[in-house]
Amino acid sequence: MKAFTFERAASAEAAAQIAASNPDAKFIAGGTNLLDLMKLEIETPTHLIDVNGLEFNEIEPTAEGGLRIGAMVRNTDLAAHEIVRRDYPLLARALLSGASGQLRNRATTGGNLLQRTRCPYFYDTNQPCNKRQPGSGCSAIGGFSRQHAVLGVSDACIATHPSDMAVAMRALDAVVETVKADGSRRAISLTDFHRLPGDTPHIETVLEQGEIITAVCLQPPIGGTQIYRKVRDRASYAFALVSVAAVVQPDGTGRIAVGGVAHKPWRIEDAEAELPNGARATAAVLLTDARPTDQNRFKLALVERLLSAVIAQAKDKSS
Amino acid sequence: MNESSKVRLTVNRTSREIHVDNRTTLLDALREHLQLTGTKKGCDHGQCGACTVIVDGRRVNSCLTLAVMNEGAEVTTIEGLGEPGDLHPMQAAFVKHDGFQCGYCTPGQICSSVAMLEEIAADIPSHVTDDLKNKARPTAEEIRERMSGNICRCGAYSNIVDAITEVAETRS
Repeated sequence: MKAFTFERAASAEAAAQIAASNPDAKFIAGGTNLLDLMKLEIETPTHLIDVNGLEFNEIEPTAEGGLRIGAMVRNTDLAAHEIVRRDYPLLARALLSGASGQLRNRATTGGNLLQRTRCPYFYDTNQPCNKRQPGSGCSAIGGFSRQHAVLGVSDACIATHPSDMAVAMRALDAVVETVKADGSRRAISLTDFHRLPGDTPHIETVLEQGEIITAVCLQPPIGGTQIYRKVRDRASYAFALVSVAAVVQPDGTGRIAVGGVAHKPWRIEDAEAELPNGARATAAVLLTDARPTDQNRFKLALVERLLSAVIAQAKDKSS
Repeated sequence: MNESSKVRLTVNRTSREIHVDNRTTLLDALREHLQLTGTKKGCDHGQCGACTVIVDGRRVNSCLTLAVMNEGAEVTTIEGLGEPGDLHPMQAAFVKHDGFQCGYCTPGQICSSVAMLEEIAADIPSHVTDDLKNKARPTAEEIRERMSGNICRCGAYSNIVDAITEVAETRS
């Protein structure tokens, strides 16, 4: 690990100012991803700004009837929260399907959105990786790509976003609230928050240098049967090969977001219109522009089967 | 600004002050600065759980948190749970059920399981909890899921589950 200086943020605005004026500074919250990457010298900040002392630990109802989740709320506390379990069970289920008990106790809401890919070539500093070292090439294309993206890929990168939480939040139309260095605030729909890799896979979100996440807001509850179904290589404590976050209403309409298939949680509203027509019709639209490799083509069939499973499960539950 | 810091911690009910390089993880602070070598370094990347300790009542991977991020925290390590002659019930249950072979993962398994039972008592659900409206019970399935962050290379899992189950039943 490279040496760094360390300070505790006094406020979100102060933290944003420090980070905006120093491109080698990083915020640290739970640290469960950043420290891992610092040990491997994939991340090499020279200054860490500890945001653990900031008062973003609340989960509170919004005036519109939704829920505001502070950026520092730990994954464990979010999944266990009474309102989340009752009104947004999709989110609780997604959180509980990710990581381990120890990690969820530290990992934060804001940090979860910002976690980096688990592409093995991103982690292997002996291999070219456009995300780690822009312009060096992509080792996953033509390499072992079983875990990689099939949608929204580019010639520069086929990495996936690893979060389960973000997939559920995408289906729930969550909005990310931030503060910039100049003190201004903005709300970013999760639809727009993560970027596709394109020619700049090292730029993963629309956040500006120094901009800090303060909360994630959920819309008022939408009811329905909420299911998070995740397929992985182990029964527990593994990243998704494919996951489906589904909200299915009694009339068969609903929302679908898919994880493990792209650089961001994948949702196509036109595909949701096909939901009452079944899994095949929905998957056909969802996967229209898929560009799988020979090794991860199985994810296409897996998406359709997972959709089939959640539609059946929803019918079963509502009957 | 310095690349090292002074950190105050309460470790096993004793107040300690250390001066560490900012890079020092809580794990290395415990082992190298406080000579509490019961906490083990396995993968050092949060994947194996051997370094699990209890910080402010919650189990965490001590390898994935910096000592400086834990200023003022209360840390409990395996040494703080119990010592020979005065074992914590979980330690005694691991001995009784032979919940280990080489023993390297055991301090992490025990710290994790003690805090894990508190999580169930505090109504924290898990991936295998059937109904989010109801409080989970410490069934074997729940214990296995909740302990998935602790790897045992010797494969003593079935005896580990037996040990934890016995403690859970005594508690309830």
